[in-house]
Amino acid sequence: MNRLMPRLLMSPAVITLFLWMIVPLVMTLYFSTVRYNLMQPGDKDFIGLANFEFFVTDPDFSASVANTLLLLGSVIAITVVLGVALALLVNDPFPGRGIVRVLLISPFFVMPTANALLWKHMMMNPIYGILAQVWIFFGAQPVDWLTDHPLFSVILMVAWQWLPFACLIFITSLQSLDRDQMEAAGMDGANALQKFWFLTLPHLGRPIAVVVMIEMIFLMSVFAEIFTTTGGGPGNESTNVAFLIFKQALMNFDVGVASAGALFAVVLANIAAVFLIRMIGKNLD
Amino acid sequence: MHMKNMALIVRTVSAWLITLVVVFPLIWLVITAFKTEQQAIAVPPQLFFAPTMESFEEVNLRSDYLHFARNSVITSLVSTVLGLAIAAPAAYSMAFFRTRKTRDILMWMLSTKMMPAVGALVPVYVMAQTAGLLDSLTALIVVFTLSNLPIMVWMLYSGFKDIPGDILEAARMDGANVWGEFLHVIRPLAMGTLASTGLLCLVLAWNEAFWSLNLSSAKAGTLATLIASYSSPEGLFWAKLSAASLMAIAPIVVVGWFSQKQLVQGLTFGAVK
Repeated sequence: MNRLMPRLLMSPAVITLFLWMIVPLVMTLYFSTVRYNLMQPGDKDFIGLANFEFFVTDPDFSASVANTLLLLGSVIAITVVLGVALALLVNDPFPGRGIVRVLLISPFFVMPTANALLWKHMMMNPIYGILAQVWIFFGAQPVDWLTDHPLFSVILMVAWQWLPFACLIFITSLQSLDRDQMEAAGMDGANALQKFWFLTLPHLGRPIAVVVMIEMIFLMSVFAEIFTTTGGGPGNESTNVAFLIFKQALMNFDVGVASAGALFAVVLANIAAVFLIRMIGKNLD
Repeated sequence: MHMKNMALIVRTVSAWLITLVVVFPLIWLVITAFKTEQQAIAVPPQLFFAPTMESFEEVNLRSDYLHFARNSVITSLVSTVLGLAIAAPAAYSMAFFRTRKTRDILMWMLSTKMMPAVGALVPVYVMAQTAGLLDSLTALIVVFTLSNLPIMVWMLYSGFKDIPGDILEAARMDGANVWGEFLHVIRPLAMGTLASTGLLCLVLAWNEAFWSLNLSSAKAGTLATLIASYSSPEGLFWAKLSAASLMAIAPIVVVGWFSQKQLVQGLTFGAVK
């Protein structure tokens, strides 16, 4: 009884998660090797690696991989650099620090579709948008962000959402920074830059790595922002791998090709995941 | 002393200014929600105006806001409760009956969360279609529960782990069985962990957009889906969009403020303390 009970308690979670992992994976593996269009149900002929070939030779493919990496890289760079800066700014006490922190974290809780449309319409509209007004105020020609710089626009929206996340993690981590050490360094004549470089930054190394990896996993699948604003366009300028797979699956109804693409995305995500899992594993014991 | 005061003033002013710039889009959303459609697109933008609730009323009347809000409440609440019901026993078992395999199981659960959602889009869509569950609350609840499950087990496990084993020993001596132990000893101590885990999953499910956009529309659509329908460029609708967005995000932003710590813990799987 006492040996069986723990397993029994664990089994619902283990079984459901196992099914959630294995069933889609097996289905995707199978779909990726057959000709299968949702509009033409019926025979699913085995066609080997043709779906992979089609997905990879699609002119949109290389563009979408480049866009995915650019989106990932830019958002990670922006959120880490600004996140550290903001966290340092609000680390020491000042009047209203509590309110400032609550305000700073808020964009993270805005649902992606609301975030995207807020930027698309009220911020980036080339005539009535706030950014256009600011440009006019400074005597510049307003920019049609979503048409002329679609990927940059998406990067801005996603970075705005994830900056608070990075910032919050750095704030949390800064609280465990050794204050005595900081003071000692100050007494020894270290200036602010030296203290930052030799004490603060090494302390933030681990949280920075965590933020980078978690954002890699979540931002691989950026979808709602693209879906509600640019629709991947103009052309394929703001199409990432996730959106390309969605397009193949639910707009072209080509399940086979979409599955081949999905396997590609899983492999891409696993590269990041391996590192993250190792790091968390070390922390577990 | 004077220098120190100056530094404090500079820091305060710059922190407030930068924060206001960062949060400006959100502030503007709140302001726009209380405008008329004409005021919403006025050039130059108006900061002072007579606030009106008319957009909120319009949104409620025309776009069936309550229908989508109801779906959001049901999917996030049910998936959270269901998730807790599955995750809590597992986390309990792993925290108090540690075996050599516990660590491997935890890492494996974590690894399932690393899969990008889009990787499972096709099979999940095909399964939902085959089962006749497209655009149903059931499909959304199942998917939300499953995708939050690893985070839940993980958070509950780290919470339970901190409960001292001696307390359990004592209860066991008094003849409590596993269920009694859980109910009378663990539960009161673990209420905080359960609450914070639930809160985080509520936030995640409420804001979920990938699956709700792909698996639901008019019937089972959540607020994320409703907001997405304001994507089209026709007509004057910024005030209505703002009002709908404000109603959709306000409750969860407030919940979010109170679950910041849990958020860091849950989303980093305890890697940052």
